[in-house]
Amino acid sequence: MAGDDVWILGISMTKFGKHPDEDIVDLGAEAALGALADGGVTMKDMGVMAAGCLMHAQAGIGQMIQKQIGQTGIPVYNVANACATGATALRTAVMAVKAGECDLGLAVGVEKLSGAGLLAGGGRAADGDTWTPHGRFGAVAPVDGRIGTETMPGVFAQIGQEYGYRHGGTSFELFARISEKNHAHSTLNPLASYSKRMSLEEIMGDVMIAYPNTRPMCSANCDGAAAAVVVSDARLKTLDPDQRRRAVKIAASILTSDPWEEACQVLPDVNTLTRNAATTAYEQAGVGPEDLDLVELHDCFATAELVHYDNLMLCPEGGAVDFFESGAPWRDGSMPVNVSGGLESKGHPIAATGIANIWEVATHVRGEAGDRQIEGARVGLAHVIGLGSACGVHILERAAS
Amino acid sequence: MAHQIPLVDYLRLGGDPHLVAHQCSSCGARYFDRRNACASCGGQAFTEIRIDTEGVVRTFTIVAFAAPGIPVPFVAAVVDCGGTSVRANVINVQPDPEHVTIGMKVRLATYTVGTDAEGTEAVGFGFEPLEVERDGR
Repeated sequence: MAGDDVWILGISMTKFGKHPDEDIVDLGAEAALGALADGGVTMKDMGVMAAGCLMHAQAGIGQMIQKQIGQTGIPVYNVANACATGATALRTAVMAVKAGECDLGLAVGVEKLSGAGLLAGGGRAADGDTWTPHGRFGAVAPVDGRIGTETMPGVFAQIGQEYGYRHGGTSFELFARISEKNHAHSTLNPLASYSKRMSLEEIMGDVMIAYPNTRPMCSANCDGAAAAVVVSDARLKTLDPDQRRRAVKIAASILTSDPWEEACQVLPDVNTLTRNAATTAYEQAGVGPEDLDLVELHDCFATAELVHYDNLMLCPEGGAVDFFESGAPWRDGSMPVNVSGGLESKGHPIAATGIANIWEVATHVRGEAGDRQIEGARVGLAHVIGLGSACGVHILERAAS
Repeated sequence: MAHQIPLVDYLRLGGDPHLVAHQCSSCGARYFDRRNACASCGGQAFTEIRIDTEGVVRTFTIVAFAAPGIPVPFVAAVVDCGGTSVRANVINVQPDPEHVTIGMKVRLATYTVGTDAEGTEAVGFGFEPLEVERDGR
């Protein structure tokens, strides 16, 4: 075992859903205190803190949480990286430990989104009195809706449909069946926002948002937080046997941005940076996709889940439709994907998501996932993507002993 | 005829409406926005290049929910115009999956966005099916 490994010592997520009586500090503090308690440590032990809350990126959420649970004077990094904010916070704490600056670090992600509607594509300003070119395209009037769409359901609908253009086999029904799987999985997750099984007919017959994504095929806006405590290998060796037994090895922690590809500034290319992150993560962890017992991937829309089967190399290139049709990504299949219910039913409190998916995988490899435990899980992968773009991939492994 | 202005500066009007792109002189990467440098190779020299006016729909969505003030439904798409991807709406078509399909052939078409206080007409663009259905069909 390499001496520079970093481990998850404690990890926690709040219930995702509506928390009208709690603010972002309450939720962030609940997750942080939960992660500290889970790891058997306190704020006094932390050497670094990284935190994110995308909708309040200027607020200094890290210090706000410290002021409720412990002002110890440690460095705080407030991070914002779209939907990869939580993964970025975790990776920031991991980097501080890897750099030898400290032995223990805390990462927190929190968001309140209940009741929020579309998160991009702001209301269209009225056309001006006289046409005057503005901005980098010299536009004389707002272009959202006139030159394509800026809404996330529409962008990710095109990303899924584009997979069909290249490889064939996609249809409205196929994407709806992916959503059906995740809603079925959510029934076993007490922390999910929505844990109601939905039939294919219900999903396809629901309100259309951006074809082929109906409402239950879109990530659920909700409130929630997640937090993790990371520890160096050297410090872990000094801790109690029970802490060591429950520690989860971070076998890979990768963050990428999107490299230039033709069309990437026309429609976001979420494929290349995910494939790059996965390739590096598998190399770093010394495992391959065939070694994974479960995967939590960024199903911000049903159309997105399909392309990431391929990008994470869970199937041969171009084989995502066949992979899904084989039943592999169902929880009793050969490669369970989003057994938490995914963003479509567990919910997507943006900055919390990139730690909550790691909580899900960690809970399985610890053997503590209760009714939805994937039996014998030892290795899992968590993936998030934030448009712009940023991709986080973490591979987690059960402690050897 | 009223004075016209394009919705965006990469749309060229006149008798032969077409789109233009900034093409990197070093690597050939194409961009529609104002550039500081090439995101692919870092080159800082660009030439203007005409984009094909016919293409193929690589992908599309039919947006039913949009921000306030944006009429729905509309078809948002990426059109492959001879190897250059263009973001645009598919227009002059019924916005449903029976009439819009991946791989369908389309051509550039312009339309009036509106007329301002000085009588200038803003002209937008989209792509319409190559085989336009006749009225009453």
